[in-house]
Amino acid sequence: MRHLLNAAALAGLTSIASPAFADDDLSSIRAEIDAMRSEYQSRISELENRLAEAETRAANAEATANSARTAVAAIPPAATVAPRAMPVSSASRTADNAFNPGISVVLNGQYAASSEDPDGAGVSGFALDEEAGRPERGFNLGESEIVLTANIDPSLYGNLTFALTPEGEAEVEEAYIQTTALGGGVTLRGGRLFSGIGYLNEVHGHNWSFSDQPLPYRALLGGQYGDDGVQLRWLAPLDQYVEFGAELYKGDSFPAGGAANGGTGTQAVWVRTGGDIGDSSSWLASASYMNAGADDRDIDGSSFTGDETLGILSLVYKWAPGGNRREQNLTLSGEYFFDTMEGEFDAVPISLDRSGWYAQGVYQFRRRWSVGLRYAALTPDSVPAALAGSVFDADGVDPWAATALLEFDTSEFGRLRAQFTHDETGPVANDEFRLQYTVIYGPHSAHRY
Amino acid sequence: MKNFIPGAAMAVALSLSVSVPAFADLRVFACEPEWGALSEEIGGDHVDIYTATTGGQDPHHIQARPSLISRARRADILICTGATLEIGWLPQVVRQAANRNIAEGQPGYFEATSVVTMLEVPSSVDRSQGDVHAPGNPHIQTNPHNIALVARALGQRFIELDPANASVYQARLADFLQRWDAALLRWEAEAAPLHGLPVVTQHQSWIYLEDWLGLDRVAVLESQPGVPPSSGHLAEVVSTLQDQPARMVIRAAYEDDRPTHFIAERLGIPAVELPFTVGGNDAADDLFGLYDETLRRLLAAAAQE
Repeated sequence: MRHLLNAAALAGLTSIASPAFADDDLSSIRAEIDAMRSEYQSRISELENRLAEAETRAANAEATANSARTAVAAIPPAATVAPRAMPVSSASRTADNAFNPGISVVLNGQYAASSEDPDGAGVSGFALDEEAGRPERGFNLGESEIVLTANIDPSLYGNLTFALTPEGEAEVEEAYIQTTALGGGVTLRGGRLFSGIGYLNEVHGHNWSFSDQPLPYRALLGGQYGDDGVQLRWLAPLDQYVEFGAELYKGDSFPAGGAANGGTGTQAVWVRTGGDIGDSSSWLASASYMNAGADDRDIDGSSFTGDETLGILSLVYKWAPGGNRREQNLTLSGEYFFDTMEGEFDAVPISLDRSGWYAQGVYQFRRRWSVGLRYAALTPDSVPAALAGSVFDADGVDPWAATALLEFDTSEFGRLRAQFTHDETGPVANDEFRLQYTVIYGPHSAHRY
Repeated sequence: MKNFIPGAAMAVALSLSVSVPAFADLRVFACEPEWGALSEEIGGDHVDIYTATTGGQDPHHIQARPSLISRARRADILICTGATLEIGWLPQVVRQAANRNIAEGQPGYFEATSVVTMLEVPSSVDRSQGDVHAPGNPHIQTNPHNIALVARALGQRFIELDPANASVYQARLADFLQRWDAALLRWEAEAAPLHGLPVVTQHQSWIYLEDWLGLDRVAVLESQPGVPPSSGHLAEVVSTLQDQPARMVIRAAYEDDRPTHFIAERLGIPAVELPFTVGGNDAADDLFGLYDETLRRLLAAAAQE
């Protein structure tokens, strides 16, 4: 069967491939393929007949185990013609679950303690999305995920990710289909998805290096930007990795709102490049731009209509001795955010230029054990008198937070974390301590870089 | 936003300055060095080979790095061990590369384990057993007979993909197999003293070598595949080996050397670092060197009393 598929694929391939072929070459190859195909077809049907015969014989076999044994023994040598055909076809004939998607589960729970009440805690000068707040005190389930992935057919791949919130609600975090066979380095993805802007935006929570997103992501993207829309990627045909992305979204997620622009409220573009430095080091750099339209976006009972544009510069560097991450590795990353907000806030014209950045490093100093440090800061803008006292009025606070992390991995699939954060993001400083576990089970796709 | 645009332009300019490689008929993306070396034997000047991992790297634990994605993007054929050895990174590389030539099921997707008989196929898999591979032990390159099987299938695949050079591939394959068969005779004669030798291995990487040479594996240092040996488990291994002595303890060049040295010192037997793949050490610079060196090290250790 495998050879048959190969032959068929080859037939397809010859029609698009090498200019070196002359027409008669092509037709002679086609003839050969046809011959191969019919030969394999007949061998396979012969095999199937023999198998059926063998099965009948075995089933009827009052005729003793001996005859069944001979019949079965007759199969293996013939089966070497197509070693994979037998198990595959017999499995798919009998098993209803042969095409089940890969199902994986992420469980996550934590204990959080903080010096200030997390309820309603904000970040001075920034309107936070409701999901970007601090964790509740005490034991929390955290966000669990159920991920279902599979190839849909030879040209499409599907991914459905449910996020189960601590409140017990199921949310569709991502639900997209993606092309797998467009070729030419082009990939099209559509549905609900995380945007490819920045470095961390499309990284799922269970794969973050710290227990929470850095401050600029929380303040400017509500944690991470996910929305309903389409994404087009193109990977340049170069030895150097260079990839471009363009995205169009409904505009219903923070910092967009109200599905502006006829339901195409958010547009984004990005470019990434990266490579290796010797065997031990690798890097990835990206520049991203997003425009998020807001049509009567609700901000704590007030209304904002206008545009928020965001530019992100990202740099990631990873090191492991000889490229073996098992014993030791280091990941350094940093991102810089430029944000402008133009429009009307409760009918008052508003124009803000804000920025933020973070830098973090996680060092695995021996197998299973890692330590991490992160510093993040935001620069709010001054507001006109009409907006004094509003959510955008930082009142002289330049928010920052510093985080330290200790992590122990039980394996690639389980980890325990202790994380301490000192943050001065509001008028009163806050100290926060978290203990967290994250585990993954089931067939889980390989992670991105 | 003005600040951002020059940044993007710079990134693009940087990328475009990278030169395009010399013309070759088939672009090969080899997951492991042994398949890169085999492609070289069969393809010669007609293939442009990129090897995704080095002889010093553990092929289970590689990241889907940007460099791998860009190389997979333009590959005509991807040659990997398969049997889920590369499950932690390859599917991500292939998906991001958006290259339909190397999609699973295409002629440009070649898994070496698809043409050999798998050993240690588990009857059930559960993560509590550690890093088990449902299709069987993937470390097939430690038996040179498997290399010959893969060579034949790979040669066929090269011919399918690049029929214009069929005669070249055919001739190079025949030449390689001839040299390989001669080497096999020599290796098997040299390796006779190793037959039945009791050994300990660090990871279950060597079943095909054991099967080939008739080595008798009496213990494994990892209590479960891929799980680093605990001191408790090592103590157990030591007591097992006091009853059932082994002649040497074997590990791959990329593995942590502490567990083998611990056992070796405790029991007074040699710790043997084997290259495991091409490039695993300086002497293992091609496929022939890989087995020459493997046997040289095993025989040297076996000669110690």
